[in-house]
Amino acid sequence: MRPGTWKFRREGEEGVIRIELVKRPQHSAFFSAMSPFIAFGLTLVFGAILFAAIGKPPLAALYSYFIEPLSEMWSVHELIIKATPLIMIAVGLSVCYRSNNWNIGAEGQFIFGGIAGSLIPILVPGFQNAATLPLMMIMGMIGGAAYGAIPALLKTRFNTNEILTSLMLVYVAQLFLDWLARGALRDPNGAGFPGSIRLSSAAQLPEIAPSQGGAHLGIVFAVIAAVVVWFMLRSTLKGFEVRLIGSSPRAGRFAGFSAPGMVFFAFLVSGALAGLAGISEVSGAIGQLRETISPGYGFTAIIVAFLGRLNPLGIIAAGLVLALTYLGGEAAQISLGVSDKVARVFQGMLLFFVLGCDTLIHYRIRVAGRAIASAMEKS
Amino acid sequence: MTDATATTAASGTLLRVAGITKVFGTLKANDAVDLDVAPGEIHALLGENGAGKSTLVKMLFGSLQPDAGTIFWKEEPVAVANPMQARALGIGMVFQHFSLFDALTTAENIALSLDEATALSTIAERAKALGDAYGLPLDPNAVVGDLSVGERQRIEIIRCLLQKPELIILDEPTSVLTPQEAEKLFVTLDQLRGEGKSILYISHRLEEVQRICDRATVLRHGKVVAHCTPANETPASLASMMVGADVAAVQRTGAGSTGEPLLEIVDLVRHAASPFAVPLSGVSLTVRAGEVIGIAGVAGNGQGELFEALSGEVLQTTPGQVRLRGKDSGRLGISQRRRAGAAFVPEERLGHGAAPGMKLSENLLLSRHRTDGKAFLGPLGVIRSGAIARSTKRIVSDMDVRKSAEDPEAAALSGGNLQKFIIGRELDRKPAIMVVNQPTWGVDAGAAAHIRQALIELARSGSAVLVISQDLDELFEISDSIAVMHNGHLSAPVPIADATYEKIGLLMGGAEPGHAARDMEVQA
Repeated sequence: MRPGTWKFRREGEEGVIRIELVKRPQHSAFFSAMSPFIAFGLTLVFGAILFAAIGKPPLAALYSYFIEPLSEMWSVHELIIKATPLIMIAVGLSVCYRSNNWNIGAEGQFIFGGIAGSLIPILVPGFQNAATLPLMMIMGMIGGAAYGAIPALLKTRFNTNEILTSLMLVYVAQLFLDWLARGALRDPNGAGFPGSIRLSSAAQLPEIAPSQGGAHLGIVFAVIAAVVVWFMLRSTLKGFEVRLIGSSPRAGRFAGFSAPGMVFFAFLVSGALAGLAGISEVSGAIGQLRETISPGYGFTAIIVAFLGRLNPLGIIAAGLVLALTYLGGEAAQISLGVSDKVARVFQGMLLFFVLGCDTLIHYRIRVAGRAIASAMEKS
Repeated sequence: MTDATATTAASGTLLRVAGITKVFGTLKANDAVDLDVAPGEIHALLGENGAGKSTLVKMLFGSLQPDAGTIFWKEEPVAVANPMQARALGIGMVFQHFSLFDALTTAENIALSLDEATALSTIAERAKALGDAYGLPLDPNAVVGDLSVGERQRIEIIRCLLQKPELIILDEPTSVLTPQEAEKLFVTLDQLRGEGKSILYISHRLEEVQRICDRATVLRHGKVVAHCTPANETPASLASMMVGADVAAVQRTGAGSTGEPLLEIVDLVRHAASPFAVPLSGVSLTVRAGEVIGIAGVAGNGQGELFEALSGEVLQTTPGQVRLRGKDSGRLGISQRRRAGAAFVPEERLGHGAAPGMKLSENLLLSRHRTDGKAFLGPLGVIRSGAIARSTKRIVSDMDVRKSAEDPEAAALSGGNLQKFIIGRELDRKPAIMVVNQPTWGVDAGAAAHIRQALIELARSGSAVLVISQDLDELFEISDSIAVMHNGHLSAPVPIADATYEKIGLLMGGAEPGHAARDMEVQA
């Protein structure tokens, strides 16, 4: 069925009903800016209802979910560790989405960055010097960018829908990593457990404040990436090209910009940043290549990108908020005994409400069509 | 056809429109329009794009309300508040752009348009019966997404006929049909006329209007310029009514000199990129320094395709087909052609010539980032906003662009003011070659005069100017010679001294002997 149209059957009646979104002539700038906050508020309200429904005290639950993780220094570090990949990936995605390229496969690019970046320390563990880490980071970016280039190539060469190809490549990447961690790259002395050898200290990203917690240098990369991309989008010709092609493709062509070139640019930038996030996670947070290296950062980063209004500076804030849902999920599991899948529920609600608010800011709903009384035999 | 006219004249009018006026802002889209349609008559509503045809029928169908004037239905004054009321009166409409859901079946689509709830099976039966009766066979259970354009149009027509209308409004019905499908449609229309139904037929295809319409009303700039009987007219006379034959007194700033050729189009060929595109076949033209050459033609005869080919948005197959300042440029992209001294103004302002959601200063950068990179861009492509703001200000004051804010978004400007800005953006570069498509489309008279003057002055200062326009008055006012585009062919340019409306109108109808000979060669 076409979206917005429903067939229904009720009390022997069958019919078609149509719900249309009608563009508002003018949209409110105030509500546009407020939309992430409204969405967050709605998420809290519905989260409270959710906790109440499963028999947990709602306020206490929300407290342990959203406040408790911020009360101690080490857990703030945990928050930063979780926010690092989210921000890095989402910054790259903002370039994609602003230019109207729908990269849903950052998770796969993240994984390939993790794999490519850890090849040197795993295969040549003796190579330990000042060049080790920079080389790993560069390899990670190349790995992510190369994996991101696949949907870009398919889109420009065969006009394939990048949403489908990039998403499907995630599963390929996940299974490939699983195979590597159990096969080719498995630690021979690991008693048969999956996972590579532990990275040497020369191959691990240093912690920024070792006495307080485990947050590593990755957050610095993330903030630098956000500021650079923010400046690029706002004040350079390349950023103008991104925004122009995204908003008016025909005017973009008239300006002499290449649409296929932009597809590659967007996918290579977002792939490289997702790859950098992947190797930073392996090198800074995990310390070895495992059969899974991401609790879905590449997907959650999509929420971060939209919650941050596709603005890299907004994305820094949004990344911290979404990181909190991961931590809260873990905290809630311990203190409330609820499944940590609740974190996914919160993330889903947040994205739903952000997109819902944005839609209602730009459109209003109109119901058209009606029930058609019918004694229809065929269906 | 004369019989039909004679009988209807006796039986009074079905629909009469008296003094209908509709104003949008400063634009009079309909200015005291009179029109009457007799029972059993196919009445053509002729006019160029923007002449006010759509506005008029939207008021007849209740989608718009007139500011003045009266609609008489069977000699009774009526107010048509909405389309539902129009249908209740007996007015049906088939839109140019179909409003069908691809994922639903034919019968379900028809059900959605009916005002009263009816069983789907009943609808399917009635639709099928009607279709068979009118030679519009359709399968009620077919999913619309699988149907051809012609079949979809059948659904729209059946959907309209199910309401038992007495007057059917058809908006450019053949623009989406193949010649064979159009033939079938004409048979259906003939049959409907035979049953005493009236049809208001909107088109700018003169041949078919002559063939099937009993009478015609011609609109131009929102006014009725003529009521006529198409059978008594020629395509050329109809064309000149549509585009206007009133020659404005023109003060020229000296005759066009014949300098060196700056823009040469040599046997330019372009195959149709889509089923509705017009292929260009062997277009040749030379524009010299100091002259303005106009390209006339009825809309949709390949002007848009020619513009894209010249601008470099679409490349040529061989470099020699387009030459800029003596250099083969057919394989160069739009930025390189700009750097070779050319400037382009497309027909569509929002979304093509300018990005609606971007500021004027950003829209300045849109076409100037390669030609003025030194002035507007710093190291690493950082935009020099100060330099751009100064240039924007200069263009705004040179072209007298009226705006409400310091640096508003392009969409916030009126059409005429945005067009002045877009033209000014290119003139500011002092281009050696200027190609403009529809320079004054929908622009008020004052702004249009300003733009035309600027184009003439550019040519007199030694540039080559090519103006594609459907407004013959405009072309006669500014061109040194006029060539005519018809069905992808371009005629030889006619020097302005030899050009008459009749001659150009004849060429617009495709009646040039040279064309006929060429067509025969192609077929042979």
